[in-house]
Amino acid sequence: MGGIRLIVKTITRITLGIIFLFGCYLTFAGHLTLGGGFAGGIIVAISYILFVLAYGEAAAAEKISRFWAGVIMCLGLLLFIVIALWGMWDGYFLGNFLPKGDPHDLLSAGTIPWLNLAVMLLTGAGLFLAFLLLIGFEVAPQEERGT
Amino acid sequence: MLELYALLIFMLLGALIAVENHDLLSSVIAVGTVGFGLCIVFLYLGAPDLALTQLVVEILALVILIRSTVALTVPETYKGREFLAYLMTGIFILTLLFFSSRALSSLPSFGAPLMKVSKEYIALGTSRTGAPNLVAAIMFDYRALDSLGAAAVLLVSILGVITILRLKGRK
Repeated sequence: MGGIRLIVKTITRITLGIIFLFGCYLTFAGHLTLGGGFAGGIIVAISYILFVLAYGEAAAAEKISRFWAGVIMCLGLLLFIVIALWGMWDGYFLGNFLPKGDPHDLLSAGTIPWLNLAVMLLTGAGLFLAFLLLIGFEVAPQEERGT
Repeated sequence: MLELYALLIFMLLGALIAVENHDLLSSVIAVGTVGFGLCIVFLYLGAPDLALTQLVVEILALVILIRSTVALTVPETYKGREFLAYLMTGIFILTLLFFSSRALSSLPSFGAPLMKVSKEYIALGTSRTGAPNLVAAIMFDYRALDSLGAAAVLLVSILGVITILRLKGRK
């Protein structure tokens, strides 16, 4: 049993950063190739979930706690809404007010990369939080339990 | 076209096994086969973006379902009222078939006329938004309001999970 845990921990340590970077790549190249904020955010959440499954929730709480996961989730939606309202400055809600740039550049297509980033923050932190809530709950002590 | 039918039959079999199986873990895995089959269907239909999203969503859902159901494999059975349940199921299926056949007969045939709006997206999408990925151009520029709604739905559903799984109840 101990040997299995060691193998799982080592492989997780090696592959974790690569999975996280792949999620970030899908997010920031979402307007150029396949991917986008939603898929990238899910892969970022999967990297954290892998960490929780291999090392336990106590170790994961040192990296990011439930509180900060919730804060980042809300910041993602807030960023989306701020960009959407900013578009009204130039005309209409969710208008693409940033310069278009050259196609196939990393910083092109106006607001699309930033909306991808907002969706990635929301999806990644939110699904990781949902996983923690569904899996890592603790049973309340006897006197606090409802009838 | 034959591959699509084979995949559809495979997914239907997976769904039936998931419903009829008494072991909860086997049901979860059978549900997973449905999702991965749908992923391959998206690849055959030429939608790699959807296939990628479907794949990662399916993996995450499987991990959560397996981790949360593997502890409580208690088979639940419902006695009585089976005849009424079958009768109502039959009535609903017949009603659905009737109205969907009426609706489907008035639709244009599958894939025959490419719609005007999507033609304009394909022709002008890259030059107007600057994004070579047309899926991103549609999702975050033309139909950004839909994406905002989807993101809000995700946030609200997670807030619901937080509310339900709260440790202490509010008085």
